[in-house]
Amino acid sequence: MSIDPTDVAIVGVGQSDFRALYHSRDVFRDAYGLAADALAQALDDAGLAKDEVDALLCSRVEYARMADVLGLRHPHFVHDLEGSGRMSGLALQEAVALVSSGLASVVACVYGNNGRSVQMKYGGEGGGPTVAYDEMYGMTSPGAYVALMYQRYRQLYGAPGDALAPLAVNNRRNATRNPVAVFQQELTTEEYLSARYIAEPLRLLDYCLINDGGVAFIVTSAERAASLRKPAVRVAATAGMADLTNHYTSDDFFFGACQDVARRLYQQCGLRPDQMNAMQVYDNFLPTILFTLEGFGHADRGEAWQWVRDGRIHHDGPRPVNTSGGHTAESYMQGWAMHVEAVRQLRGEAGARQVPGCQAVQYMCASPIVTSHVLTIG
Amino acid sequence: MNTEQYAALLPEITAVNQPFWDGCAAGELRLQACGQCGRHRFPDSPVCPRCLSARFSWEPVSGEGTLWSWLRMHQRYFPAFADEVPYLVAYVRLAEGPFMISSLAEEPAELSPDLPVRAVFVPSPSGRVICKFRVTA
Repeated sequence: MSIDPTDVAIVGVGQSDFRALYHSRDVFRDAYGLAADALAQALDDAGLAKDEVDALLCSRVEYARMADVLGLRHPHFVHDLEGSGRMSGLALQEAVALVSSGLASVVACVYGNNGRSVQMKYGGEGGGPTVAYDEMYGMTSPGAYVALMYQRYRQLYGAPGDALAPLAVNNRRNATRNPVAVFQQELTTEEYLSARYIAEPLRLLDYCLINDGGVAFIVTSAERAASLRKPAVRVAATAGMADLTNHYTSDDFFFGACQDVARRLYQQCGLRPDQMNAMQVYDNFLPTILFTLEGFGHADRGEAWQWVRDGRIHHDGPRPVNTSGGHTAESYMQGWAMHVEAVRQLRGEAGARQVPGCQAVQYMCASPIVTSHVLTIG
Repeated sequence: MNTEQYAALLPEITAVNQPFWDGCAAGELRLQACGQCGRHRFPDSPVCPRCLSARFSWEPVSGEGTLWSWLRMHQRYFPAFADEVPYLVAYVRLAEGPFMISSLAEEPAELSPDLPVRAVFVPSPSGRVICKFRVTA
């Protein structure tokens, strides 16, 4: 039996207390324990029993160990997604495909990240198709490949040296309203500008955090969702397109792929960019937010750095961005926690950072696999 | 610079990529060219990404390109580069199409996108000759 993909819902979410984990810094944590804790929370949130889960999608943890840890011996479907940020959007897309095709009915999507415990550096460790030819020039790290895009962007469009400051400030301001965010203090533009360079023009405070945590969400049919604990969050639209080349660096800053995804996404749900009540924008590094806002038609091409300057992206502005603090202030869960935040905003569970009357939230990820969803409630 | 640490960052020379390194040593940029449609590719790969032909030859190319972008690395990710920071990394679009990470042999006072560049060949700290670029404008 197949069902319409738009009749699929997120019914349960769970995540770690990132702040608490970050501050007890000497504890070594196991990614599987973090993921399992998040899933237990998500099951409770949904009012589902573990044994009702019949599909398991994993990222940054692997299904065999994960299933054994969870005691999920006989799921109908299992799949590992690599532990990269572009995969969180794919996890939801795959869950929707599984439910709508009838291959599975209750899909658990789980993620565990102990990057801080294992002292991840995200640079100097090799990997990638051209890395063998890049390291001899001292080139390494995902941030550096994004820095190349941002250097060109700022030269082409005249973005000044403080162009990313409003994004850093906004994320940190939102995090002060999120009790589980790693950072709980606001940031001034001056503080932002005094941060040291990593891969200039990018500064330390343009970079995502490296922290431990787990996230899970549970996906099922809207029909089944109706009998569960919380209001169902519909996947009103979802779309993707890859932009795969030798390097992470895209020669149009992922613009073409984002535009293609945006066209299909907005058509599916019948909503325009200005009808999104909140936006969760994948921000491994802050320039990615600019590329995303332009690619998805929120800001005109080359003008996102101006578009974000006047407060419209604040949590109480007309177009809130990264209401939980994003990857630079809440937690670097590679897009996963942004899905949780979207659900909480739609359910009205976001506390001090709640966007009033939140009916539609867009998740966007501009990366070598561009994904976006529009989630709705009611 | 510690030459042993630096040498570990160089690509292994293999039967497949040997012509690239022979080219560097001879002061010439050589790329794989598809034996069927002529498309150039870098780094070496088993088939042509346009027509999927596995036939190829290594051919000298113009060595010309443009500076697509650049950055200045401040972080000490590699022990070999610890004393070099901050240093410049260049991202060059070759005239034949492929992109290459590289660096500039001489840095002009000001950089801007799409400056014309040309390949130059200089000994790396380990002695192996590598390809860098010089702004030609």
